[in-house]
Amino acid sequence: MEPVVSVQGLRKRYGPLEAVAGIDLEVQRGEIFAFLGPNGAGKTTTVEILEGFRTRTEGEVTVLGVDPARSDGAWRNRVGAVLQESNAEPELTVRESLRLYSGYYLEPRDIGDTITLVGLDEKADTQAAQLSGGQRRRLDVALALIGDPELIFLDEPTTGFDPSARRTAWHVIDGLRELGKTVFLTTHYMDEAEQLADRIAVIAGGRIVAEGTPGTLGGRNRMAATIRFTLPEGIGADELPPALREHLAGDDGRVTLTTDTPLADVGALAEWALPRGLDLPDLDVRRPTLEEVYLELTEEQA
Amino acid sequence: MTTAAARGSLFLVLHQARYDLIGFLRNRQARFFTLVLPLLFLIIFVGVYGSHRIGPFHMKASTYYVPGLAALGVIAASFVNLVISITAQREGGILKRRRATPAPAWVLIAGRTLTAVIVSLVVLTVLLAFGRVVYGVSLPISTLPGIALTAVVGSITFCVLGYALSTAIKNEDAAQPMVQAIMLPLYFISGVFVPNIQLPSWLQHVAQVFPVEHLSDGLHRAYAPMVHGVGIVWSDIGVLALWAAIGLAVALVRFSWLPSAASA
Repeated sequence: MEPVVSVQGLRKRYGPLEAVAGIDLEVQRGEIFAFLGPNGAGKTTTVEILEGFRTRTEGEVTVLGVDPARSDGAWRNRVGAVLQESNAEPELTVRESLRLYSGYYLEPRDIGDTITLVGLDEKADTQAAQLSGGQRRRLDVALALIGDPELIFLDEPTTGFDPSARRTAWHVIDGLRELGKTVFLTTHYMDEAEQLADRIAVIAGGRIVAEGTPGTLGGRNRMAATIRFTLPEGIGADELPPALREHLAGDDGRVTLTTDTPLADVGALAEWALPRGLDLPDLDVRRPTLEEVYLELTEEQA
Repeated sequence: MTTAAARGSLFLVLHQARYDLIGFLRNRQARFFTLVLPLLFLIIFVGVYGSHRIGPFHMKASTYYVPGLAALGVIAASFVNLVISITAQREGGILKRRRATPAPAWVLIAGRTLTAVIVSLVVLTVLLAFGRVVYGVSLPISTLPGIALTAVVGSITFCVLGYALSTAIKNEDAAQPMVQAIMLPLYFISGVFVPNIQLPSWLQHVAQVFPVEHLSDGLHRAYAPMVHGVGIVWSDIGVLALWAAIGLAVALVRFSWLPSAASA
């Protein structure tokens, strides 16, 4: 099947500055695709090219089979966008805003259903100026959905949210998956990408530095795990069995082991500790978080 | 349900104007500057001049100031309000979001312009009615077509000029001072606040270059009691149309739907 978004060799120059330095992307139908990167990495420029707001310097771009630089009303009927820092009409109520925007489309979604989908039933007759930040962002999502698009761009949809508003927004975005929509999400929050995305691409310095699923991004599935624990007083790390001492990465009161075989190491640790009557109540085994992987990937560029 | 878009572009223009009008009516600042201020000025100026006869046609002060401040009302509804709201909508990303929909650009612009024309006609009607009821200024029935046409052409001209000027304003905080800085001197030299017959002739010539004088003059002449015919002053309409053409050229080249901050 033809990809919904296809980008090959995309470049965008602003004078001497190359904001996007030759990237390839593909997004399949029904996918939630997260486009990750620090501020100024070329994220928004790329999305605005895909949305048809900016021209490109070089490269091939098709979105829903059409070059967005030559898009028309028929194409815009199939695409929705939650833009960065875009307000709704402050004087209009939630319902009026949705009536206004539904009038632009040929086959819009039902207004009441859309308000329910984003959880704004109780605020349907409140003017946008009176909504909280999180509620406004949900109105943004509703406005992006009202045209019943096949593809939705979400540009940093939860920036500036408190944690509970972010959870609610994630729930709404997750609901788009069930509607069969394709979602192109940009964010600089790792946990957001991890929570929502089927696939992630990381952009830094205008280039794609990694691509994969949340589980495999940047070789994360193969990266060493970390085991940490505190030994009881009087017992030093040098008393650990040799197999574990080989993996010793630090001992600052708390022992740190890095290992490619976390299960075997935990087993060896248990075999050593239990007969000695030791419990290790703060024992902690973890793989690198997506955040750590991401910081490593983007720091190499910076 | 058949949507406005499915019924055709003209329906979509009306659809847009309807919601722009709701937005206008709920905005206290816009209501004050457009509907209340012209009436306040009318009361103040008529109070100052009392029963003196003023202006080129020796009208009663009340007869003189009704059309003059109608010109101010049209400009407030079209130019002042439009520049402020368009700048705020552009910087707030509202224009960008509307542009991301299938609605054609001209429909969005025409809808907003229609809103300004409707508000202009409402302000005009309120001023004429107030003048009739409070000051006993008789309505020039025969020249009403001229008054209406001048107001509509003036409103469209000042909308186009508003779109053109908005391209030079980087943020919404600068919009209000900027439009007032442009308009206040023009109100003073264009017969809106002061009968321009009292100005030195060089200043009258300066005023005649700008569109405010021609809107004000067109309305004054249509309103003058001795006028015959339908009250259309084609020279004034012509100058307004010329300014509209200049504004359109500037707006076509420079108008942007994107916030000015988002350049990278």
